[in-house]
Amino acid sequence: MRNPYRSQKIAYAFLLLSTLLIVVPVGMIVVIIIQKGLPAMNWQFLSDIPRQGMRAGGIFPAIVGTLYLVTGAISFALPIGLLAAIYLSEYSRDNLLTRIIKLAIVNLAGVPSVVYGLFGLALFVIFFGFGASILSGSLTLGIMILPVIITTSREALESVPASFREVSLSLGASKWQTIRHIVLPNALPGILTGTILGLGRAAGETAPILFTVAAFYLPQLPDSIMDQVMALPYHLYVISTQVPNVDEKIRYGTALVLLAMVLFMNLIAIIIRHKFRKRKKW
Amino acid sequence: MRKIKETIIEKLILASGLASIFFVVLIFLFLIKEGLAVFQSVTPGAFLFGKSWYPISEPAQLGILPLILGSLLVTLGAAVISIPIGVGAAIYIAEIAPARIKDILKSGIELLAAIPSVVLGFIGMVTLVPLVKSLFHLPTGLTALSGSIMLAFMAMPTIVSIAEDALYSIPKNYKEGALALGATHWQAIWRVMLPAASSGILAAIMLGIGRVIGETMAVMMITGNAAVIPQSILVPVRTLTATIAAEMGEAVVGSEHYFALFAVGIVLFVISFGINVTADLFLHEKQSK
Repeated sequence: MRNPYRSQKIAYAFLLLSTLLIVVPVGMIVVIIIQKGLPAMNWQFLSDIPRQGMRAGGIFPAIVGTLYLVTGAISFALPIGLLAAIYLSEYSRDNLLTRIIKLAIVNLAGVPSVVYGLFGLALFVIFFGFGASILSGSLTLGIMILPVIITTSREALESVPASFREVSLSLGASKWQTIRHIVLPNALPGILTGTILGLGRAAGETAPILFTVAAFYLPQLPDSIMDQVMALPYHLYVISTQVPNVDEKIRYGTALVLLAMVLFMNLIAIIIRHKFRKRKKW
Repeated sequence: MRKIKETIIEKLILASGLASIFFVVLIFLFLIKEGLAVFQSVTPGAFLFGKSWYPISEPAQLGILPLILGSLLVTLGAAVISIPIGVGAAIYIAEIAPARIKDILKSGIELLAAIPSVVLGFIGMVTLVPLVKSLFHLPTGLTALSGSIMLAFMAMPTIVSIAEDALYSIPKNYKEGALALGATHWQAIWRVMLPAASSGILAAIMLGIGRVIGETMAVMMITGNAAVIPQSILVPVRTLTATIAAEMGEAVVGSEHYFALFAVGIVLFVISFGINVTADLFLHEKQSK
């Protein structure tokens, strides 16, 4: 007869192996990029424009472009996303409409990023006539990160105990006053986490900005939101596949800056969440 | 006065609540608006099952079968790799890992989810592609296999986190019951917990695969982009997503090619819609039990 304890051991070994097969390559990817990208890091690389057909110089315009895009995306997505989360957590009833809204959010999260690019091209660039611009790109990215912000904010709002609301209402506060002064402040760390995760996602995405804003090579900074910009992820794509003979150092350096930006935001989100969990009094 | 202000705010809240529905519908409408025009020059059958994709030849040949097969092949490969590893890791994290290591593993997997796809594509280009090339003695390492491996890594975070949630949300007494009857921990996991979590795990797999089908940048960078019907997993292929990303820049607005790329977008939208609705049904079924 088979020994159940031996099969347990074998099974556990395989499960451990699966986990290592995920975690070890992730660690290796990060280490490789840091190791090979660090030598490229200096002030000139971060503050200079790309030179000699992007084979020398720095990546400053791409960094600035990404910062503009991320700022634009969040200033569009945060108000709508937060209000939508308030609707779902405080106002919605358990009915068909709510079910459809939730399904729409799930679908919005699942739409392929390149389809967002098509949509942005058709609606903002052509139909509204914004052209390829920061405005078009930010709005496209904003719609894309909406589900992230709604989902995390809603979780944060719903984790505020019902008794907080009841006390506030029983003291004569209106529903909105309760939300504004009791629920929102208590849910703030969670909302902040969601916002930062959304920022990270927007900073790293390439496909949605391909046809809506990203410039192949544009050494000056934008004057208005109707201008095109370079963006870090698109720049990495360009120097990896479209421009031959780019120094490896520059490619790794660009990858490192992008990765550092995204991971830094995620780190902040994790720290906020962690602190909040410790401080939580209920 | 305060009444009026609050009414306005509450209307805004309702409007934002409905925004998600509005955007999903808007995306679909604009894809339809730009994409359906392609069917003036090609029938839906010839579009979906046409064997050649030469959008800029005269006359243009707009058959997306090679692209659909390319996407399927890469996705299938990624599924074969990511499902056992992803579900295995989810079980390990949910059931076996000690509490302290559990947190580290979870953040490691969150980290993977956060890495931008263009960075993964870049890393795949410089590490995986040469490896595949020398391992199989191929003329190029830009193959469907390389794409599958890289995409498996993008599916895994989704699979692990949702499957882990599913395992975690099984009532404790299921497991305790099995253990009390003399089952080993592994027997309890395999015979009791996995079947109980099956709908959640299925949803996790579907959402992971949905992510793979929609992936664009990494795939475009490492699968070689040859729009021909693939004969094996060791040849270059081109996916639906990569086709849009690679060609839309050159397509003239209002041309046949432009419409055709939007029609490809419709196909992608419909696929992802189907996957997400089905996965949601599975997750819902779990909750209603």
